[in-house]
Amino acid sequence: MRNPLSDKVVDIKPSGIRKFFDLVVEMNDPNVISLGVGEPDFDTPWHIREEGIYSLEKGRTFYTSNAGLKELKDEISAYLERKCHVEYDPVNEIMVTVGGSEAIDIAMRAMLNPGEEVIIPQPSYVSYQPCVVLADGVPVIINLQEKNEFKLTAEELEAAITPKTKILVLPFPNNPTGSIMTEEDLKPIAELCVKHDIFVISDEIYSELTYEYPHTSIASLPGMKERTVLINGFSKAYAMTGWRLGYACAPDVILHQMLKIHQFAIMCAPTTSQYAAVEALRNGDDDVAMMRESYNQRRRFLVHTFREMGLDCFEPFGAFYIFPSIKSLGMTSDEFAEELLKKEKVAVVPGTAFGDSGEGFLRISYAYSLEELKEATDRMARFVSWVRKEKNL
Amino acid sequence: MKEKILSVIEKNSKISIKDLAIVLGEPEEEVAKAIYEMESDKTICGYHTIINWDKTNREKVVALIEVRVTPQRGHGFDHIAERIYNFPEVDTVYLMSGAYDFCVMLEGKTLKQVSAFVSEKLSTLESVTSTATHFVLKKYKDHGTIMVSETNKKERQLITP
Repeated sequence: MRNPLSDKVVDIKPSGIRKFFDLVVEMNDPNVISLGVGEPDFDTPWHIREEGIYSLEKGRTFYTSNAGLKELKDEISAYLERKCHVEYDPVNEIMVTVGGSEAIDIAMRAMLNPGEEVIIPQPSYVSYQPCVVLADGVPVIINLQEKNEFKLTAEELEAAITPKTKILVLPFPNNPTGSIMTEEDLKPIAELCVKHDIFVISDEIYSELTYEYPHTSIASLPGMKERTVLINGFSKAYAMTGWRLGYACAPDVILHQMLKIHQFAIMCAPTTSQYAAVEALRNGDDDVAMMRESYNQRRRFLVHTFREMGLDCFEPFGAFYIFPSIKSLGMTSDEFAEELLKKEKVAVVPGTAFGDSGEGFLRISYAYSLEELKEATDRMARFVSWVRKEKNL
Repeated sequence: MKEKILSVIEKNSKISIKDLAIVLGEPEEEVAKAIYEMESDKTICGYHTIINWDKTNREKVVALIEVRVTPQRGHGFDHIAERIYNFPEVDTVYLMSGAYDFCVMLEGKTLKQVSAFVSEKLSTLESVTSTATHFVLKKYKDHGTIMVSETNKKERQLITP
């Protein structure tokens, strides 16, 4: 039989998260506490779920138009104007997707020609690099630095730009580091993009989850809207991960090509989810505020607790992750995570799952109750002092 | 800061002052001081535990009683409310708008005990004109806590990107 597979796909490495997930599942131990989850611990607020149920009762079980329900696109447009101060035409510049993930994929496919380069700052979400490869682009990695709190600097960006550079992926607020880019941080990046005629795919899925500082979208900066694909969704802000609903906003020339792929590959995003999302945008602000306050409390608790353990941990102001360093313990991220799982039954994700520059770090999610976080960090503290003793540190 | 403290301890009164200070990002002494002040001025009236007695062997009867009264000149409803809330078996007394005046909730060991309280103590109060007693059959949710759900097992995967 001939080889049934595409070499391009076969060459893509499986996600580093997957490996660790298998390890945890193999243990099959009910005493394992996981701090490895990248989704909210809250249930979707009831009024949003109720709206989904109501739409089913009313028999709204058909396809929507390819780009999504008009009411939803109108609400998204109003929301972005209200929160990000950028105006998108709901008819030509907004489309509803199956999660932010689909938007990332189709944006790459709509924009890239073979050999064109996409700059990806890492550590970052696992899908950018494979999506670029699948779209025949060439990923160019920038290894972000802890000393910059894992923000992207203009110097780093300029050094990575070549004549083939077409797109910059901007993954902030960041999974896994929790780092954010303020307006001041974004300005020099935007200037470089304009100067070198580079497009931006700005993945702002965690935009509602910033603490102490407001979120700024790069699309709101001068000259940027026409070169930005803004990606957001409902998963993180409204605790709606399983509803699989996101959206992309872009200039119509880009959006229309994205829509073409979406139309042939997906048809439309789930109808029930779209009706629920309308309710989320209309009446969900209080829920978001409640969840944000709760995450913020846990964030303060974790930063405090990891520093008390004697581990370096910069204060992250976004998403629901902290990214402490374990370099002082003389172990790799993988070693630490595996040993910790075996010895104290706490599952965390090694920073290396998000790129080589994650080496020496752990992603700790705080999408858990304070009680769970306390138990898990107690175990981790015990493990860290055991390691120090073993190694005479 | 006081309101932030209250919104945390309203849900979790067991949290230590140290942890409370950490999660709010405030100095421990100031949090302790604010709590002391709020306890003193009765902003914080007590720390109770929400118990699902159905899970124990203790028999309990909970009743909600609608009470109609004739307000007294010069005292309005407050005086008669005091006569009611001073009974230790009474848990809750609210002045209501609408069809009746007071909503009174109380717990007893048996139906008989509750009816005795209503007929002997409550109805005989001078200003009370009528009562209607409703017994609670099942508590689904109390103080924002759902009491009927089985252990709140999350169905999240253990590790996700």
